[in-house]
Formats: sequence, structure tokens, C-alpha cells
Amino acid sequence: MERCRLVFSGSGGQGVITAAVILSEAAVLYENMNAVQSQAYGPAARGGATRSDIIISESNINFPKVIQPNVLICLTQEAYNTFCNIIRPGGLLITDTRFVKTEKKVDAQQKELPMYVNVMEKIGKPIVFNICMLGAVIRLTDLVEPESIMKVLENRIPSDFLEMNRKALELGMELTETIKS
Amino acid sequence: MKTENIKFIQGNEACVEGALYAGLDFFAGYPITPSTEIAELLSRRLPQKGGKFIQMEDEIASMSAIIGASLTGSKVMTATSGPGFSLMQEALGYAIMTEIPCVIVNVQRGGPSTGIPTHVSQGDVNQTRWGTHGDHAIVALTASNHQDVFETTVEAFNISETYRTPVVLLYDEVVGHMRERLRVPETGELPLAERLRTSVSEGVDYHPYLPREDGRLPMSDFGGVHRYNVTGLFHDMWGFPSDNPKVVHGLLRHLVDKIQNNVNQIARFKEFYLEDAECILISYGSSARSARHVVEYLRPRGERIGLLELQTLWPFPHDIVNEKCANAKYMVVVEMNMGQILREVKRAVKNPERVFLANRIDGVFIAPRDIRDILRIIQGKGV
Repeated sequence: MERCRLVFSGSGGQGVITAAVILSEAAVLYENMNAVQSQAYGPAARGGATRSDIIISESNINFPKVIQPNVLICLTQEAYNTFCNIIRPGGLLITDTRFVKTEKKVDAQQKELPMYVNVMEKIGKPIVFNICMLGAVIRLTDLVEPESIMKVLENRIPSDFLEMNRKALELGMELTETIKS
Repeated sequence: MKTENIKFIQGNEACVEGALYAGLDFFAGYPITPSTEIAELLSRRLPQKGGKFIQMEDEIASMSAIIGASLTGSKVMTATSGPGFSLMQEALGYAIMTEIPCVIVNVQRGGPSTGIPTHVSQGDVNQTRWGTHGDHAIVALTASNHQDVFETTVEAFNISETYRTPVVLLYDEVVGHMRERLRVPETGELPLAERLRTSVSEGVDYHPYLPREDGRLPMSDFGGVHRYNVTGLFHDMWGFPSDNPKVVHGLLRHLVDKIQNNVNQIARFKEFYLEDAECILISYGSSARSARHVVEYLRPRGERIGLLELQTLWPFPHDIVNEKCANAKYMVVVEMNMGQILREVKRAVKNPERVFLANRIDGVFIAPRDIRDILRIIQGKGV
């Protein structure tokens, strides 16, 4: 596998950092890859702009930060405005239609997905918005198997919440196919 | 598929795993960013194994508590960052003077004062060396990845028991907070040094500061079967204060020599591509990750560049650095401060005018690009 560098960005409370941890933990624990995850960390962890960097690779990872991501997720307008220019040419940019109005074409595959709206309509709990986003990411990148994500969740959350998370993950995967952008 | 001893965790958590592996059974601390996860995790994990966790009112009390607990026979640790480490300096000197084993973790953030709490720095290197007053020696270890964080933490406990000295683990925000893989070694895989206890039996006089023939000082758990005195004043073999010049001279020499005479035993380092290197990067902690990235980027492009990664910062391994750099044309110290290890490297090598600094001091993690830009300037190629 080629080294994949990802940046998840959004607002504190959306679960952006949690999603980054779940994805990289799945890669390390269940897919036998290397991963490094770090986050921009300031006094405004809730409500402020937030960013997490992930590198997933089969080889050793030294520098842990991402300069030019292959995959960039922006879940707020502020995150989009701040980070859309750093994407690696030919990369993948995923935004949520509820929160981000894209303004310009970047040299990347742009996916504008109605993730938040669908999560609210079909599941009704904003708490799994980040898992829906992860579903879209793994379907579009093939980084890890959905079952690896579920195994991480089994260890992290109460069993009563697993089904809701599985639905959100599958919803995200489906959206990448039904929505052409 | 999942192996139980593989974890995906923060560097601070790797430090906790290492401490528990080494036999930690007492922690007192006052949580502070970016070290908080160490206290948080130990508040859960230590009671589970029958150990004690105490959240103290401040870092002065934290340091004092671990010294007391160690004297009674526990393996002890505290964790802090710059502002708390400043408060610990007085009691750190007391632990040096009384020769009480303890481990102090400083996950560095930007200073001086409360500085820049959530961003990275390596500015406490010289504070670790000379933060407490008076002539003394200190041991400080660091690491750049979680496997090494685990191992240096275990080693810190071993050194503190072997030499009866405080050991400082000087990590930084990047290593403390980032997550990566850790394989927890099996029991017995890493050697553990246990407390050397006196063989003097109850009812027989025990001299707390009378060395054995090999120079080591066996301890007796305080509050146990022996009564003895412990003081931060210069003291005789009974532990009682003394201003006898021979006693004062002998104790100070002993405190410094027991560390400085074992520099090479205490020295931990890693080397990458040094054999034919014309340019040697010297780095430590998270900076060494960027330095290694640069080396692995430039090697295939024909540059004869290597990396010496230091894991022991104090006592500084001058002879090892001198030997490793003997054939290099120039050396570049990569660190996130204004040249604290640079100075030691200049003292160590035969051509100090060929030692340069690649640094950042703005709270931003030094990137491979920063180092390469400085290398180009040194090489006369411009930016």
C-alpha cells in the first residue's frame, strides 16, 4: 500500500479527532499496518477549529505531521476555507453539504456528501456523524475493512450503541455510491 | 488477528505502561498539560494493582511525597511539565543529596513561565541539568517513539535504583500526545533493577550512608526495623549533619562521581548511517523523528548524511559524541530550543566551529523542510 496521509478537520465536538483515532487504531490493531495520529490542540477543544493528522503506511513513519494530505475531510466552512488549499494534487476532498459550501475547484476528486442530513433523517443522532464520515472515507480509499472499524468500536463503546454506529458506518459507505459529485 | 500486547496509544500512555512494567507502585502528582494523561491513566491503573495514586495540592508536595514513599521502599514517579518542574527543583536537590531513587517525568511545553501549554518545546534541557542549586549530577533520558518511551521509562527506574538517584524523563508534547503502535514486552523481556536492601538485621546498627565494598549504599525501608536520620544537610555515614570538611568533600565527590564515572554505562543512543557520513545530524526526542526523515530522504539522493539520536542527555556522553563525529565534516544539532544541546556538542567534538544549529522556538514542531533549508544554507546553496 502507498503511504496515505489524511487530515480530518471540523469543529470541536463533531468527533473529528475520535474518528481519526478509530481509523488509525483499526489500521494498527486489525490490519497490521503502521499509523501515527496527532492533533492540533489548543485551549478551544470544544467549539473551536480542530484538526487531526493521520499517516497510515506499511513502512516506518518518522515525521508524524501531514503537510499535504492525500485525503482531506472538512466538516465546517471554516475548516474548508483554512485547509482546502493544502490538499495533494489528485487527492480526495470530502465535505458535508450541510456545513460546507465549496467555492472553488481544487485539483482533487471532490465529494460533497449529505452526511449530516442523512444521519439525522435515518438515525436521528448527530453523535454518529463522525462514524458516517468514516464509512465514506474507507469506501473511497480502501484503507481498512469496515469490520476493523467495528472491532475498534466494540472495545470503545457500550454494546447498546454498536448497532447505531454500524448503521452510520454503512450509511456513509452507501452515500459515496448514490451521490455522484 | 489482534495480539493482546499491541497497543495504539499516546506517548504519555506508553510511559505509564513502562512505569507499571518497571514496578511502579506509588505516584503523586498535580496534572498539567501536556503530561496530564500520565496522572489520569495512573489514577485508574495503580489502584488496580494495589499501588497508591495521590493527587497533591501542587508540584512541591508531589515531589516531596514521592521522595517519602521511595524511602519507605516503593518505586515512585511523578509527572509534570515546565511550570511544575520549576517548583520541583528544591525537592529534586533533596533527593539528590539524600540519594533517594525516584523518577520525574517532564513532558516539555514552551516556556519560560506558563509559556505555551499545548505546543511543543525542548527548552528544559539545561533546567534539568542545573535547575536545582549546588554542584551535583543528574540523569536525564529522552525518546522519540513509543517503543523507546517504554524502554527509557523502564531504564529510568533501573538507573534510579542502581545509582540511588533521581532520574528525569525529558519527553515533549509531540511524543507525549501523538498516538502510534506500542508492543508491550513480555514479563522478563526487559531486565528490572530492584531495590538493594541492607542485610543488617533488626537490633543491629544500620549506617544509611556507609558504602559497601562495591561503593553501593543498601537501603532500609524507612519506618521499618532500623532508626536512622535523613537530611538535606551534608551528612556522615549515620545520616547526621556534619560540617567536617572531609565529610563535605567526600559526599559531594561521591554524589557527582557515582554518575559521572558511569557516563558510558548510562549513555543510550541510536545511530543511523554514520559509517561514511560527512554530515551528522544530532538530535533527540521528537526532533529526532524529523531529523531521521531528512536522512532517509537525502541518502537515496546521494548525500552522505547520518543521524546520531541521543537518548541520554545527562550525563552528556561527550566521549561517545566525540568518537561518532570524528570523521564528519560538519555536525548539525536539531532541537527545539536556542541551542542547549548544541553547546554540549561543541564541547565534545574536536572542531566546534563546524557545529551548527537547526531549531525552531515558536511552538511549531520542527519539520524536515526546516532542517533541509538550514542544511542548504550551511552547504552554501542558499534557500
